[in-house]
Amino acid sequence: MPPLCRGPFLTKPIRIIAVASAGGHWVQLMRLRAAWEGCEITYVTTDPGLEAVLRQEAAAQGLPAPAFRIIVEGNRWQKTRLLRQLLQILMLMLWIRPDAVISTGAAPGYFALRFGKLVGARTVWIDSVANADELSLSGRKVRKYADRWLTQWPHLAGQDGPEFLGSVL
Amino acid sequence: MIFLTIGTHEPFDRLIRAVDDWCAARGTGGQVFGQITDPKPGAYRPQHFDWVARLSPQEYDRRFAAAGLIVSHAGMGSILTALHHATPIVVMPRRGHLRETRNDHQFTTVRMLGNRPGIYVAEDETHLGPVMDRALADADALRAEPISAFADASFTDALRAFLTGQPSDRK
Repeated sequence: MPPLCRGPFLTKPIRIIAVASAGGHWVQLMRLRAAWEGCEITYVTTDPGLEAVLRQEAAAQGLPAPAFRIIVEGNRWQKTRLLRQLLQILMLMLWIRPDAVISTGAAPGYFALRFGKLVGARTVWIDSVANADELSLSGRKVRKYADRWLTQWPHLAGQDGPEFLGSVL
Repeated sequence: MIFLTIGTHEPFDRLIRAVDDWCAARGTGGQVFGQITDPKPGAYRPQHFDWVARLSPQEYDRRFAAAGLIVSHAGMGSILTALHHATPIVVMPRRGHLRETRNDHQFTTVRMLGNRPGIYVAEDETHLGPVMDRALADADALRAEPISAFADASFTDALRAFLTGQPSDRK
């Protein structure tokens, strides 16, 4: 049985949105799954094929498939796609109204934290373990919107953030 | 089987060409399969091994799990997956000044993680063939312990406490 994940007085399940673009960011997000086990989770990513993987894993554990939403892929050079991605994430936040939002990057995570804050969610940014020299661009920009602003490298942590709590590795 | 993967987003001709040259020199093309993203017009296309532009995530996982050696850009997705399967991995970092990625973060990655058992670093294309030979020679003798599918519980517990709104020790 997954652990219980409910709000005060065990009334309602806690709703969490976990966001990562496909590839390395997604692989890192998956390694953190224990953090929201038993919660009402919605995964948001850019590759529709990842839903089959999640379904297969859930079925193997006898659990229902988690909610899964696809957003368009876009990077900083693709302004129109990025705008569509932004709108999709805004709609998702307004629709789901999560209690908390967590992301390992990149651009979709930035939007998710930004709009997550707008709907009153607690927000966590975990900058990719790939960034051992300096935080990613989205990681630097998301600072204002991250209640917990985390790096995975202790030497990048500082008094005014980012914090170091651990690494996916 | 050797599985070549260059990541989800950008081309990496320098690595693909080096693997192709290695196949030609050793006559080992039949052992290699590559996912090389959508080749742009004019991009290098391998002559000596089978490849596809893109695999579905399920097919990617299957190929990855079945491989005896991974050859990859120095992306964390490939590295974490290789460590999880305890499959030896040869990584060649993308470079910022060659515009293979936005900066030299992959170069830093190999500096930070290149000493872990099972990770073999080819600094550039001239080193790739010899490093592949070395990794293959080591593959059976030096099979590393697989890492867990999950991050450390101390980390995920701290995240869970925050996500679920439990009081934390935050100052």
